[in-house]
Amino acid sequence: MFKTALRNVLAHKARLLMTVLAVMLGVAFVSGTLVFTDTLGSAFRNQSSKSYDKVAVAVTTYASRDDTEREAGVSKQTLQKMERLDGVASATGRVDGFAGVAGTDGKLIGQGWANKGGNFAPGKDGKDPAYTFAQGSGPVKDDQIALDKDTASKGEYHVGDSVRVATNGPVKTYQLAGVFTTEDGAVNAGGSLVLFDTAVAQKLYLKPGYFQNVSVAAAPGADAQKILDEVKPLLPKDADAKTGKALADQEAKDIEKGLSGLNQMLLVFAAIALFVGIFLISNTFTMLVAQRTRELALMRAVGASRGQVRRSVLAEALVVGIVASVIGFALGVGLASGLQSAIGMFGAKMPAGPLIISATPVIAALAVGIFVTVVAALLPAWRAAKIPPVAAMNSVHGVATTKSLVVRNSIGGVITLAGAAAVVAGAAAGKDGKVIIGFGAFLALVGIIILIPLLSRPIIALVRPALSKVFGVSGKLASQNAVRNPRRTGATASALAIGLTLVTGLSVLGVTLGTAIDKMTTDNIKADYMVQMAAGGSGLDKDVLSALRKAPGVSAVSPKQSSYVKLGGIDESVAGVTPGDIEKVISVETVSGSLATLGQGRIAVDDKTAAKHGWKPGSQLPVEFSDKKKGQLTIGATFKENEFLDTVLVPTTLLAPHDPQPYIPQVFVKTDGGATSANEKALVSALGDNPAISIMDQQDIRNEFGGMINTLLNIMYGLLAMALLIAVLGVVNTLAMSVFERQQEIGMLRAIGLDRGRVKTMIRLEAVVISLFGAVIGVGLGSFLAWAIGQTIKGSIPNYALVMPWDRIGIFLLLAALVGVLAAMWPARSAARLNMLTAIKTE
Amino acid sequence: MTTTPTAHRATAVAARAVELSKVYGTGETQVVALDQVTVDFRQGEFTAIMGPSGSGKSTLMHCVAGLDSFSSGSVRIGETELGSLKDKQLTQLRRDKIGFIFQAFNLLPTLTALENITLPMDIAGRKPNKEWLDQVISMVGLADRLGHRPTQLSGGQQQRVAVARALASQPEIIFGDEPTGNLDSRSGAEVLGFLRNSVRELGQTVVMVTHDPVAASYADRVIFLADGRIVDEMLQPSADGVLDRMKAFEAKGRTS
Repeated sequence: MFKTALRNVLAHKARLLMTVLAVMLGVAFVSGTLVFTDTLGSAFRNQSSKSYDKVAVAVTTYASRDDTEREAGVSKQTLQKMERLDGVASATGRVDGFAGVAGTDGKLIGQGWANKGGNFAPGKDGKDPAYTFAQGSGPVKDDQIALDKDTASKGEYHVGDSVRVATNGPVKTYQLAGVFTTEDGAVNAGGSLVLFDTAVAQKLYLKPGYFQNVSVAAAPGADAQKILDEVKPLLPKDADAKTGKALADQEAKDIEKGLSGLNQMLLVFAAIALFVGIFLISNTFTMLVAQRTRELALMRAVGASRGQVRRSVLAEALVVGIVASVIGFALGVGLASGLQSAIGMFGAKMPAGPLIISATPVIAALAVGIFVTVVAALLPAWRAAKIPPVAAMNSVHGVATTKSLVVRNSIGGVITLAGAAAVVAGAAAGKDGKVIIGFGAFLALVGIIILIPLLSRPIIALVRPALSKVFGVSGKLASQNAVRNPRRTGATASALAIGLTLVTGLSVLGVTLGTAIDKMTTDNIKADYMVQMAAGGSGLDKDVLSALRKAPGVSAVSPKQSSYVKLGGIDESVAGVTPGDIEKVISVETVSGSLATLGQGRIAVDDKTAAKHGWKPGSQLPVEFSDKKKGQLTIGATFKENEFLDTVLVPTTLLAPHDPQPYIPQVFVKTDGGATSANEKALVSALGDNPAISIMDQQDIRNEFGGMINTLLNIMYGLLAMALLIAVLGVVNTLAMSVFERQQEIGMLRAIGLDRGRVKTMIRLEAVVISLFGAVIGVGLGSFLAWAIGQTIKGSIPNYALVMPWDRIGIFLLLAALVGVLAAMWPARSAARLNMLTAIKTE
Repeated sequence: MTTTPTAHRATAVAARAVELSKVYGTGETQVVALDQVTVDFRQGEFTAIMGPSGSGKSTLMHCVAGLDSFSSGSVRIGETELGSLKDKQLTQLRRDKIGFIFQAFNLLPTLTALENITLPMDIAGRKPNKEWLDQVISMVGLADRLGHRPTQLSGGQQQRVAVARALASQPEIIFGDEPTGNLDSRSGAEVLGFLRNSVRELGQTVVMVTHDPVAASYADRVIFLADGRIVDEMLQPSADGVLDRMKAFEAKGRTS
């Protein structure tokens, strides 16, 4: 029986091509992902173990200039003590922090990545082992710096040039002393690194004479663990010390964790692609079985058992699965190495390393490919086994009866309803409904897939009049042909529907969130500009405030300084604001009292918090500031709770004595005449033309959030493209089958006067109708699910309103129609070229 | 055309082949399917083409009907010379001037009987002539089956739909390729009766390929083909007469 299976595979090479392609793509996705992450992981591990090669013990103190609670790190004296320990060859002290380099255009180089500054720490030989100088040498004077090679070349800087560098303070101009290369991962990933003389770096980032981190190198033969034990007693109390080996292991573990996340996400998309592929494979085998009804019946008649027939079909699937998996795996390996170099092109340097092909991807690729193919062939195999021997004597082909659809439809209906009910229930449950929705979504999708053949008739019947009107006979016949084999149409459309459900769901959610954020920005920010550090997360220097106030055209300036205080015994996050200006830059809706009282040293609390604790204007509350000093504050106003503001607003003047280095994430500025280029220029020059500070108008703010959502959506679209591609292959397959089965009919139509052009139109329209049908189902289901998920996150997003991205949906439908046209290209051509005489000849 | 008076039609030629040859392959593998065949199919005449398998009878019909290309010679349908036509024009010619009846019925299973009948006109984008359509439908006795789909009809009924389809667009000539080949004798007789009636009563021109002497006896004229050449012709044939003639050819074929 296996021999017949093999012969059948060879006899239907063309027919099986799409199946092989589908399995191949899915397997390539899986093996590509696995090989890529393995390769990346091994390269990262090599790099990290290399960078800790010479480190016996590493000390981390977490000290920073802004943090007054901790001890100020490791002093120079302690460092010297470490150096004198037994077995220690050297101890290098490090300080680092933010440093932005201005490019040729005055903007930050390497924006969006890590922009770091550190100290050049030469050893006894005058060299810093962490950096290899390509040009010049390390900075040894106050006004000298060194830059990493990429940053220097991006800024077109050469040794001896003046370079403007921004740290958290004002911008300063330094002289470039050298250009270096480093193993630092953040720098290689596209960040920038500025090296200062140690004394300069200490002053900028910590405290003169102190270091944040120390790396200790061992003398030959010394034991790292022993050194660690000796180093520990010398350290300040918040410091951490580990051996280099422990750190390397730790880093390897972190890398593993990070990559496994990436791995899982990619594999989910690979799974979707393979799931979609199942429909295509199942369709192909169903057709192969139908074509061979007589042949299979003959085998039954001459004595083959049902089991043997079933096994022969499955064996055929097995052969196809193996072939496709092997090719797919090879393709995946190619994909992985392609990805590796592709990432390099986007400016991020991945550590180089050999392509790692372990046993896991090999086994996974083969197992997945074969499993998917055989599972997809189960139903067709079962149907093949049911062919009675007498079918060999009949010339009539076994046609799928509508009767069997009744059971199918009832089951599908029940599952769909249950799924939809679960989704609605989940949506009603709000925040906690996500799991229920997930479950319901899965059920609904399965139910719809089961129901799709039933749905195909009425839905496609809706477009028939329009098609007949516009395209005449071709349109009428196309819409009828599309539902001739509802099962096949259903399976084809399902593949597209699954892809589009995901695409639409994500789009609706993405656009809805984007709009909500947009609205939040416009509703809450009255300021014309928001000023923040270009590198996310770091705070502005407090001098920025006074500089902005002095800028021409500025009418109001308020920071949103972030601090924590204990108010009435409860920890509250408070915003330090400028009284009188805050309501001009951010919309604050006063509920009771007056915001003007902030100017008299009172504070404002949001209405919800006030109600919870029974506070009202005039209430006096005991307070403990961040420096543990105690005092008393009076509430001057309550305001309507606002996602954009903290629960408590406090004049900055009240916080200043307790927080000498305040954390100011943003400053809001209102200018006369609104956001104009003149005003923006005035602000930029007021801040000393600092590349590290970004000044954003409202449009910029919206773009920042919107851009992020768009990028995410585009990544999702890209990952789902594979599933859609397989769905397209499915449409090609179905069309090819239809044309093949209807040769006689098409021949007759040609004979009685349908010209080639209209035969093509007929086939194309059939493809378009099937594709659009799948797309419409997907868009509908996707929108429904997005609505449901939206209901669960509604609570955490103010001004939430579901937004249907009609433009995007329109594009999806157009693309689906285009997919139909493209998929029909080859089948339509072969239909038009059909030899009329052979087609109408009987037998 | 339909407006042509019947008096003219009796003598005019609906289709004509002159020195028509069709050759497959070259050199040693060369097969001559048609060898310099010259034949007229007169308007208002029912012609049967007979001959043993491989005699070229189907090829002749296919070439004259514009379904197949030919190697040399000329073919005219009405006033139109087929040799110079491109595929698109040929298709239009078949659509507007020719009706077809196939052995395997060749109805579209998705369309009802009525829709199948009007299909050629739908393709042409013409409205069927209602009066004519009714006449055709009542002649083939399908009035109560118009809403049925082909799968709900018997073989004989299906072929009657096919006959109606060929007649409905009032073509200049109808070609039948073994139209009774798939039917039992009673249904076959019915279909042949309709074809003869369409010629006698409606002035239609019909050319039919068959290997059945009984079917041929319905025709006004039988032409016999052997080895790609017309070898004989018989007017007002009877089934027995045709059978005898066929036997004679076969005997000659065997002795020569």
